[in-house]
Amino acid sequence: MSDELAFLGHQQGDSVAVAVRDVEAGKARLAFLDSEDQIEITTTEPIPLGHKVALVAIPADTSIIEYGEIIGSSRSEIAVGSLVHIHNIRSNRWQIKA
Amino acid sequence: MANQGLTGYRRANGAVGIRNYVVILAVDDLSNAAVEGIAALVPGTIAIPHAYGRLQFGADLELTFRTLIGTGANPNVAAVVVVGIEPSWTDRVADGIAVTQKPVERLSIERNGDLNTIATGARIAARLLQDASEIQRTPVERHEVMMSIKCGESDTTSGLGACPTTSQAVDRTVLAGGTVLFGETTELTGGEHLIANRCVSDPVRDKFMAFFNDYLATVEAQGVDLLGSQPTQGNIRGGLSTIEEKAMGNIAKTGSVPVVDALEPAVAPSVQGLNFMDTSSAAAECITLMAAAGAVIHLFPTGQGNIIGNPIEPVIKITANPLTAATMTEHIDLDVSGLLRRDYGLKEAGDQLMELIDRTINGRLTAAEAIGHKEFVITKLYRSA
Repeated sequence: MSDELAFLGHQQGDSVAVAVRDVEAGKARLAFLDSEDQIEITTTEPIPLGHKVALVAIPADTSIIEYGEIIGSSRSEIAVGSLVHIHNIRSNRWQIKA
Repeated sequence: MANQGLTGYRRANGAVGIRNYVVILAVDDLSNAAVEGIAALVPGTIAIPHAYGRLQFGADLELTFRTLIGTGANPNVAAVVVVGIEPSWTDRVADGIAVTQKPVERLSIERNGDLNTIATGARIAARLLQDASEIQRTPVERHEVMMSIKCGESDTTSGLGACPTTSQAVDRTVLAGGTVLFGETTELTGGEHLIANRCVSDPVRDKFMAFFNDYLATVEAQGVDLLGSQPTQGNIRGGLSTIEEKAMGNIAKTGSVPVVDALEPAVAPSVQGLNFMDTSSAAAECITLMAAAGAVIHLFPTGQGNIIGNPIEPVIKITANPLTAATMTEHIDLDVSGLLRRDYGLKEAGDQLMELIDRTINGRLTAAEAIGHKEFVITKLYRSA
């Protein structure tokens, strides 16, 4: 595992955090904007710079929390440590047939 | 570095600009060749051609007039040559600008032709440019320098770095007594409650929500929603997944100060502080409207690298995306990607931005100015007659 910070989350309690560099599968460091602490998480797949990782196991049709706010819902079950993007989450405002 | 003393151009009506342009302004699409001909003969002036100004009517025509008059009236502009195909609408634009008491000359092409118009216009423009060259910078206060903000080609790094850095400048400017404009109506979707909660009063909140609901109703009246264009393909490539997530990043640049008013597009603010303006989220349309409302310096956070500029309002680009900072250096004014690595904190990034704002106010060219980005786009509300 690289000691370099891999993920930054907006608020503790968010269900996702953002990769601040290209991150390989495996152990990685996570920090939150509202805290000085860093913790370790394990990703199940590579997460490219700017893309999101699930910090908790997310059941299908569940609100996704980022910035402490709802940013959409899961289309399907999302495992902790996996990539979160348009393939597995959707807007609550503008719907699309998945 | 703290403010070493800001300087700018104080116009006859008291408004403060940070640039000293002589503008050759087209009233309509037909006059584009003439304004470009004049500016070609008098280097140092700026031609502003555009695509509209014919057979518009109602609110759409009013918005075009307001945009053209506001552009000429902007305090970054020292003097204007207005060129239109016929005298009536040309007079309307020129008279509107002349309220500021700056030099305004007008030319119409019918019964003269392009070539005589260009010759006459070039002589006038040369004189106005010489006169403007003698206008001196004088000390100005931060609160007199009206700012606008709008982000573009956003990604998740915008919400983590570039937008919060911009927030620092918004809060500091407003707390110093200044005025800041933000807009991008549809890009607040999912976070509109956060803006509504920050409105200073029920009437302002009602105005804001009316703009927001009307814009979404306009979209829905087309029988579509904005999936496919919001988030954009660039946003999605950068990791943004939903309009709500994009909105949260967008709102992250608006600071923590209250929203004091909600304005029609291209209307000059009358209340000091952070003002919402009902605008498109397309960069050129939005900044054109904000400059027409009198903003003289623009902060533009970007993720994937929007390269926008404006003919009369300097645009400062801020990115926290290390890939964008590395691959698009000629477009980026401030790289705050260190925020993502936690090399420094938000306050320090804010300090860096304020220093750059001060230098830009005092005359340093932005990246967009240096390489000649001058996007000017009139917002069209509906088809012409």
